[in-house]
Amino acid sequence: MPELLLELLSEEMPASLQARVADELKGRITEALGNAKLSFSAARAYSTPRRLTLVVEGLPATQPDVREERKGPRVGGPESAVLGFCRASGIARDALEQRDTDRGCFYFAVKMRAGRPTAEVLGEIVPQSVAALSWPKSMRWGQGTLRWVRPLRRIVCLFAADMVPLSLDGLGGANATVGHRSAGATLLVVRDFADYEAKLRSAKVMLDPAERRAHIVAETERHAGAAGLRLRSDPALIDELVGLVEWPVVLMGRIEDHFLALPEEVLVAAMRSHQRYLALEHHDGRLAPRFLVAANLAAPDGGAAIIAGNERVLRARLADAAFFWEQDRKQPLADRVPRLAEIVFHAKLGTVAAKVDRIEALAGGIAAHVPGASRDRVRSAARLCKADLVTGMVGEFPELQGIMGRYYARHDGEHDEVATAIAEHYAPQGPNDRCPSAPVSVALALADKLDTLVGFFAIGEPPTGSRDPFALRRAALGLIRLVLENGIRLPLRERIREAWHLLAEHLHHGIQGDAPDPEQLAAQLLEFFADRLKVHLREKGLRHDLIGAVFALHDEDDIVRLMARVEALSDFLASEDGANLLTAFRRANNIVAIEERRDRVSYRGDALATGLFREPDEARLHAALATVGAAVTTALAAEDFAGAGRAFARLRPAVDAFFDHVTVNSEDAALRANRLRLLDLVRRQFALLGDFALIKG
Amino acid sequence: MAPAAAFQDLILTLQRFWAEQGCIILQPYDMELGAGTFHPATALRALGPEPWRTAYVQPSRRPADGRYGENPNRLQHYYQFQVILKPSPDDIQDTYLTSLGAIGIDTTLHDVRFVEDDWESPTLGAWGLGWEVWCDGMEVSQFTYFQQVGGIDCEVVSGEITYGLERLAMFVQNIDNVFDLAWNAPREGQPRFTYGDVFLRAEREFSAYNFERADAATLFRHFADAEAECGRLIAARLALPAYDQCMKASHTFNLLDARGVISVTERAAYVGRVRALAKACCETWLSGRA
Repeated sequence: MPELLLELLSEEMPASLQARVADELKGRITEALGNAKLSFSAARAYSTPRRLTLVVEGLPATQPDVREERKGPRVGGPESAVLGFCRASGIARDALEQRDTDRGCFYFAVKMRAGRPTAEVLGEIVPQSVAALSWPKSMRWGQGTLRWVRPLRRIVCLFAADMVPLSLDGLGGANATVGHRSAGATLLVVRDFADYEAKLRSAKVMLDPAERRAHIVAETERHAGAAGLRLRSDPALIDELVGLVEWPVVLMGRIEDHFLALPEEVLVAAMRSHQRYLALEHHDGRLAPRFLVAANLAAPDGGAAIIAGNERVLRARLADAAFFWEQDRKQPLADRVPRLAEIVFHAKLGTVAAKVDRIEALAGGIAAHVPGASRDRVRSAARLCKADLVTGMVGEFPELQGIMGRYYARHDGEHDEVATAIAEHYAPQGPNDRCPSAPVSVALALADKLDTLVGFFAIGEPPTGSRDPFALRRAALGLIRLVLENGIRLPLRERIREAWHLLAEHLHHGIQGDAPDPEQLAAQLLEFFADRLKVHLREKGLRHDLIGAVFALHDEDDIVRLMARVEALSDFLASEDGANLLTAFRRANNIVAIEERRDRVSYRGDALATGLFREPDEARLHAALATVGAAVTTALAAEDFAGAGRAFARLRPAVDAFFDHVTVNSEDAALRANRLRLLDLVRRQFALLGDFALIKG
Repeated sequence: MAPAAAFQDLILTLQRFWAEQGCIILQPYDMELGAGTFHPATALRALGPEPWRTAYVQPSRRPADGRYGENPNRLQHYYQFQVILKPSPDDIQDTYLTSLGAIGIDTTLHDVRFVEDDWESPTLGAWGLGWEVWCDGMEVSQFTYFQQVGGIDCEVVSGEITYGLERLAMFVQNIDNVFDLAWNAPREGQPRFTYGDVFLRAEREFSAYNFERADAATLFRHFADAEAECGRLIAARLALPAYDQCMKASHTFNLLDARGVISVTERAAYVGRVRALAKACCETWLSGRA
C-alpha cells in the first residue's frame, strides 16, 4: 500500500519544541486523513533541529467512492417541482429513483461520487496542517506572510514515490532534501521513507531522536568508562542535546585542575547552563576535571579543534567565576544586605530589603513552633538569606542563589545552621524536590513562603486557572510539605495575620482599600492550602475528599492536625463499623432532608422531647449519643483522633437497633417529628469527625 | 586554516565579502551607540517595504561592561560588524557560513551551531527571533529576523547578522586575552600593534569615567535635554535629527546605569522613556518616506 513521506526542512528550531510539534504534525495530518476517509496502517513522526518528518503507511491510492442520496418531491406531485429537483441535484429526469417510504412514495436522486486521488487530497491537507502548527512564538521572514517558528525552507512531500503538488507561502512540494550542513548543498532525491532515511544517514543526519539519544548516552558512557569516571546524571540536558544536533559526536574536554578549587555547583553551572556540557565525576562522587560536549560534526581531525575551542570557552567562563569567587569573599554577606534595597521584589510589594525585614520578623515568630530552632539563628539566617543576590557570582549564575549564600556565610564564620538555612530556604521547589529538615532551615523556608503567599494574595494576585506567574501554588505546596514532613504545629491563621500586618507596615501606601482584610485573607489562604493539600494527596493516591470533609467543619488551620484528623477519619471509614456508620449517616441525613423538604419544616435535634420516646431503642440511641459524644469529645481534646474514631464506633449497635426496630414515619405526627429530631441529632454527631456529606464513595 | 587573520584584516575581509553580496558598505555612525542595531541604517531602515542591504562596523559602548582593562574578555568599547539584508534572502544562513570560511573558520573542522535566541531591545521597542551562533561553544554572532522596531511591525522582514569582531578574532588567532590580539599583520620593518596598544588605556580611563567620574547631575541634565530636543524635532517632523537625540538619551541612560545611580524601579521608567522616543522617531521616519 502506498506511503506518504513528508519532511519540513526549516532553519534551526528550538530544541524544546521539536518532538512536541512533530507529534502535533502527526496528529493534525492523521486527523485530516480520517476526515477525508483515507485510512492508513501506521504513522510515525521524527524530528531533528532542522526537520519535522512524518511517514504514513498503508494509504489507499484514492478515497473510497461515496454514494450521495437526496430525497425529492412526492411521486405524483407537480412536474415543475420534480424538474426543479433534478436541476438542483444535477441529475436527469429519467435517472430519478422512486421509493416507498412510510410517508408515501418519493423521488430520490442517487449519485455515486468517485473518490479523489489521495495525492490530490494530500496537496490540500499538508499545507493546511503545516500552517496550523502551534508555536509558542512565531515569526515571518523575507516578504512572506506565513508565521512559523523559524523560516521554513523546503517541503518534501511524496506519495507513492511521486511528488505531491502543493503550495504554501511560495514553497512548492519537492522530492529532494539536503543532508547535514557539513554535507553541503547537494540535493538528495528520495523515493520513499526507507530511501530517505538511508540517504540522510549517509549525509550525516540521524533522523530519529530516540537513536540520537541512545547514541549520546552510549558515547558518554564509553568516554566516562575509558577515563575511569562516570557521568553525572542529567537526563534533561541530554534531552536538550538531542534537539541541538543532527549528527551527535561526543567529545571529552579537560578542565584545568586549579579551577577545581571553585565550588562544584559553580563548575556545573558554568558547564551546564551556559555551555550545555555534561559533567563527569569520580566514583566517590567528586567532580572530575573533565567535561563532555555533544558536537554536531564528525571532524576530520577527530574533533581536536572542537575540543580545544570548547576548552578555551570554558576556561574564560571559569576564569570569570574564579574572579567573582575571590571578589565576593572580600565583602561579608552582612555588609551586602543594604544593597538589597536596590532590587525590587515586586512593584506593589517593595524591595527585597523590605522582604528580608518581613521574613526576619516572621521567622522569629515561626521559630517558636519549630522544635530545636534557635530564634537568634533563624533571625540571622533570615537577615542574610537574600544577600547573595548582590554578589558577582549570583549575578553571573542566577541559578546559584542560596547555594553561594551558604559558601559565603561559611566563609564569614556564620553558624553552620545559618549557612545551611540560607542554601535551603528556597526549598522544596516542587513535589519531588528535597524538603529541608534542619530546624533553622524549616523556620526560614516557612517564613519566606508565607510572606510571598500573603503578599501576592494581599495585592489581589492569586493564581487563576493556568496562570500562576509568581509560582504561588509551588510556594503553598512547599509550605505544606515543610509542615507535614517535619510535623510542625503551626497555627496558620495567626501567622497569616502577622504576615499581613508586617506587610501593611512596610508598604508606604499601605495595602489598597479594596484588598482583603486580614480575616478574609486568612480564609482565602487557608482554603488555598486545603486545595493544594488535596492536589498533593491526590498525586500520592490518597483520599483527598476527606480533606474537604474535615476542613469544612473544623476550619482547621493547623495542617498537621488536619492531616491527623484526615488519617483517623480514613482509618475509621476503612473499618467495618465506620463503613456501616457512614451508611447510617447517609440514611439519617437523607431521611431528615427529604422529610424537611416535604414538610417545609426544620427538624432540629435540640427540640427533642424524651417524653415522646415510645420504643426502647429510641431512648437507648439517645443515651448512646450522649455517652459516645462525651467520649469522642474527650479524645478529640487530647488530639487522640484514632481514639475518637474508636469511641465513635460504639454508636453503631444503638444506631443499627434504631433503624431495625423503630419506624420513623409513624402514624402519630408528634412521634414522627420527634424521631426525625432524634435522627437530626445522630447526623449532627458525625460532625465531630467531619462533614460526612462531602465524603465520596 | 589560513594564516591567523589580523583584527583589521577580519574587518576588511568581511567588508569585501558583504559588498560582493550587494551590501553597501557604510561607516560607523558618529555617535556613541550601545550596538550596531541602533545605527539608523538598521533601526530605521528595517521599517517599511523598501529593500535595503548594508554592512558596516559599529563601535559599541557598554559602560557597565568595563573592567579597567583587567578582564581578558570584557570591554566597555568593542566592535560589532553589522549586516542587514532586507528582505531576508532564502540562503542567508548559507551565506553567513560562507563568510565564516572567508575569515578563516573552516566549518568542516569547527562545530558551528545555531542556538535558539529570542532577541529583544526594550529601549528600541524591537524584537525578533533567531539564534546565537556558536563556534566550538563560543558565541561569535547574533542572527535575528526583525519582527518589530519602535513597536511597529516590520512589513518586510530584515535578516540581521552581528559579528562580535573581538571574539571572532580571538578565535581565529587562538588568543585568550583580547588585549593580545594582533591588530595588524605588518611587513618586515613595519610597526606591529596589538589590541591592547590601541585600546588598553581607553579601557582603563573609560572604566574610571563610567564607574567613578561621570557626573550624575550633568548626565541627568543631558538625558532631559536630549529627551526634550527629540520631542521638538519630532514635532518638526525631522526624523533623523530626532533619532540622534534618542540615541544620545539611550547612551546617557547606559552611563547613568553603569554609574549605579538609577534604582531598579527607576530603571524601568527610563527604559520606557527611551522607548517612547524611539517609537516616535520610527513613526516619523515611516510617515515621511518619499
